[in-house]
Amino acid sequence: MKSDYEINIGLEIHAELKTATKVFCGCKNSFGDAPNTNVCPVCIGLPGSLPVINKQAVVLAIKAGLALGCKIAPVITFDRKHYFYPDLSKAYQISQNEYPICIGGGITLDNGKFVRFNHIHLEEDAGKLIHDPLTDQSYIDYNRGGVPLIEHVTEVDLSSADEAVEFLTKLRQTLIFAGAADCKMEQGGMRCDVNLSVKKKGAPWFGTKVEMKNLNSFKAVHRAVEYESNRQIEELEKGGKIIQETRRWDDVKGMTFPMRQKEESKDYRYMPEPDSLAIALTLEDVAKIRAELPMTPAERLKKYVEEFGLPEYDSNILISEKFISDYFDRCVQIYNVPKTLSNWIMTDLLKILKDGAYQTLEEIISEEHLCTIIKLLDDKKISRNVAKDLFAKVIETKQNPMDIANKENLIETITPETLMAIVDGILAEKPDLATQYKVEPDKITNFVVGGVMKQTKGKADAGFVKQYVAKKLG
Amino acid sequence: MEYSSLSLKEIIDLLQERKVTSEELVKYYFDRIKKYADKNAVLEIFEDAIQIAKEKDEYAKTHSNLPALHGVPVLLKDNIAYKGHKLSCSSKFMEGYVSPYNATVTQKLLDAGAIMIGRTNMDEFAMGGSTENSAFGVTKNALDDTRVSGGSSGGSACAMALGLAAITLGSDTGGSIRQPSSFNGTVGLKPTYGRVSRYGLVAFASSLDQIGPISKTVEDTAILMNIIAGHDEMDQTSSTEIVPDFTSKLKDNIHGKVFGIPTEILNLIKQTKYENKYSKLFNFLHENGAKIKEVSIPHYEMSLPVYYVLAPAEASSNLGRFDGIKYTKRDEEAYKIDEIYNGSRTKFFGPEVKRRIMLGNFVLSSGYFDAYYTKSKKIKELLKTEVTAALSTVDALLMPTTFGEAFKIGEKSVDPVSMYAEDMFTIFSNLTEVPSISVPFATGENGLPLGLQILGKHFDEPTILGFASYIEKNFKENA
Repeated sequence: MKSDYEINIGLEIHAELKTATKVFCGCKNSFGDAPNTNVCPVCIGLPGSLPVINKQAVVLAIKAGLALGCKIAPVITFDRKHYFYPDLSKAYQISQNEYPICIGGGITLDNGKFVRFNHIHLEEDAGKLIHDPLTDQSYIDYNRGGVPLIEHVTEVDLSSADEAVEFLTKLRQTLIFAGAADCKMEQGGMRCDVNLSVKKKGAPWFGTKVEMKNLNSFKAVHRAVEYESNRQIEELEKGGKIIQETRRWDDVKGMTFPMRQKEESKDYRYMPEPDSLAIALTLEDVAKIRAELPMTPAERLKKYVEEFGLPEYDSNILISEKFISDYFDRCVQIYNVPKTLSNWIMTDLLKILKDGAYQTLEEIISEEHLCTIIKLLDDKKISRNVAKDLFAKVIETKQNPMDIANKENLIETITPETLMAIVDGILAEKPDLATQYKVEPDKITNFVVGGVMKQTKGKADAGFVKQYVAKKLG
Repeated sequence: MEYSSLSLKEIIDLLQERKVTSEELVKYYFDRIKKYADKNAVLEIFEDAIQIAKEKDEYAKTHSNLPALHGVPVLLKDNIAYKGHKLSCSSKFMEGYVSPYNATVTQKLLDAGAIMIGRTNMDEFAMGGSTENSAFGVTKNALDDTRVSGGSSGGSACAMALGLAAITLGSDTGGSIRQPSSFNGTVGLKPTYGRVSRYGLVAFASSLDQIGPISKTVEDTAILMNIIAGHDEMDQTSSTEIVPDFTSKLKDNIHGKVFGIPTEILNLIKQTKYENKYSKLFNFLHENGAKIKEVSIPHYEMSLPVYYVLAPAEASSNLGRFDGIKYTKRDEEAYKIDEIYNGSRTKFFGPEVKRRIMLGNFVLSSGYFDAYYTKSKKIKELLKTEVTAALSTVDALLMPTTFGEAFKIGEKSVDPVSMYAEDMFTIFSNLTEVPSISVPFATGENGLPLGLQILGKHFDEPTILGFASYIEKNFKENA
């Protein structure tokens, strides 16, 4: 019976740090460039080349660790992890074996469970093999070789596919908000290996673990955990045994398959990296980095609800992605009307973003331009209709809203006195409006507003007109 | 004029005074290299040197102030990268490889106006002490065709002794500059670890490798050190210590100075057959106002086994990149990836390199790592502490460089352990990272040179250069 079993999961998650340059050389850390354009003697391991640690990578790894509640090691050292594979230019990966940069820490799930990290270590990524089936040739692209990675190794604390995915989602959100990583799964910016075993409930020991590789999405992790736990339970129920092995997830077939024996049971012959000296970190260094940490999603949520008075629902939407929250924060800095800004972002900007033509909000409209439009509206210099119109024009032309408004003569020049006079004129012309108002106030109000708009070519502040009509006739 | 007998200092003076053109010098050395081709000291001459020399000469015509090494012809050991030129480490594996970048030392020499005229033979990947491990044939001793030139910088030392360039560069992981210098009668300095950038030096054992000059005179070495020493952003292990003027103590006297001789090597000195020559030198120093005292390095005898754990371990790691995939030769019969690895490494590495890779992989393998590597690392630290303590009571340590004169070609190549034991005097300063210089001081029973080794405090090369210079100028073996 499946319910007789307990599933035990440990994760190993790689995330690429969003440094400007690679971890041991000055080459650009960038995705999607032409093959072997971001390479140099160091990252292709030419004879005689030597690594030089990129301090930004160390800082970002520490930021990740601090955001996840880890302790930071007082000394950072590197080790060489040896294996032969064409994507690994030096036949060793510079990694951390003995003294990882971050120790401990963890993430609390919604059910209250605290999932612990064993450690997080800093290392370099390998290049990429490209196989051309037409010519049966293999090529190596070393652009990714030397890109800084942090590997998070969890304790075996997770016990279901749902938990694993929730953990990954929270980890991803934390890393993004800490400014450490972009975690773009589709670009390989975040990769996950799953160690899974099952045991009868109450059994004293973990079952034999199986490692699963090639999980390229959270969905794949979910499916693989489901598939593999079922496979293991069925195997045990049949009286079979679980073999300790590495299995590859096939996303198309929805199954795991054993990898070749040769690809596992490696002796990495770890050795201290003699080309890099130990980096000592003082408490002051760590405190300084901690002070630079951006607010976590939870901290932002609290601020939005308590300080800005936004509804929790709205606040959650704003913190759903760091770039949205950052955009909102920058707008508030420019024009401190959080509620109005939040409404514009949620109703207008996010809709446009969803259409997919833009990657970020500032590509749609800059913070300054958005705030200018809202301020014009707040100052009653333009009507809501004109504001929406102007908003669309700014998005289209990327021009300054003030310039457009001036050029097209959109700015409200009608004073309240003028508006009042126009309303008075309409009411004087049709005295029966006052009596009809008693029966159908909305209809009459709209009639008057319509009349005012006609005379002012739509530039009147409808709200003001409505108020004035109510005052006169109500 | 016979430029071959001139020191670097004299060559520099001639060039600066426009008494010789750089072109003339390069052509002279080219001719001489061809004349001594059978010594096999130089693997390749860089033909572009003549054109570069012409440009240097043109520059000299129109500029009054010339850089320090303007127009000076230099030979590089074949493991130091020179952009656009072949770099083979005397290995079949790298045959045909052209370095796309300059080593930091190469760049510094070029910036100082030097001209690279060729690359010198060596033991494959600097592993060996006789140049017999070169894939391109042994280098013969400069003074005796039946004997080795030493190694691994055998080509550089032989070339220097024969005057095939104004100065040469070598590298020293366990004695590779000093031992061939002793065998050929040249001066060789292994600087303090970290003194000279290793960027662009093909790594053998990263924590022990250092580049250094091989020269005719102590002064020449000091002059070159002034050019190549210093911190390098490209090498994290290069030191940020202040770079002194290496020539500052060349005229110092030894009066009142204290020389230490490790008690632990007294028996080894007896084994050299030249105990009387060392005694004579020590007496000379004593007579001239220096003190000689015994100091103790309790774990000295551990240096050999520790070295032959650490150096192969690092070598096995550093040589992994030679896999037949990228920039080196590939076993063309191989098809599958494992076949390419196995075939290429089997075909193109020489036996000594394979031996050390096997040794290194063994000591790094799980289950053995702590027993060999970790323990050796600890003893290395212990030796460093011991040498620092010993050097706190003396100005320098004195030791032989080698057990004797250059040995016969083939004499030791059949027995790796006897070859390794040759390094008994030299590896100590690599392990302890102190600077060490070998200076010729006497002649052995076959009329071949013998080197004296002087070890100094960390980053105190000027002091040992001063002592070496004093002995070079004042000590006459038969006086």
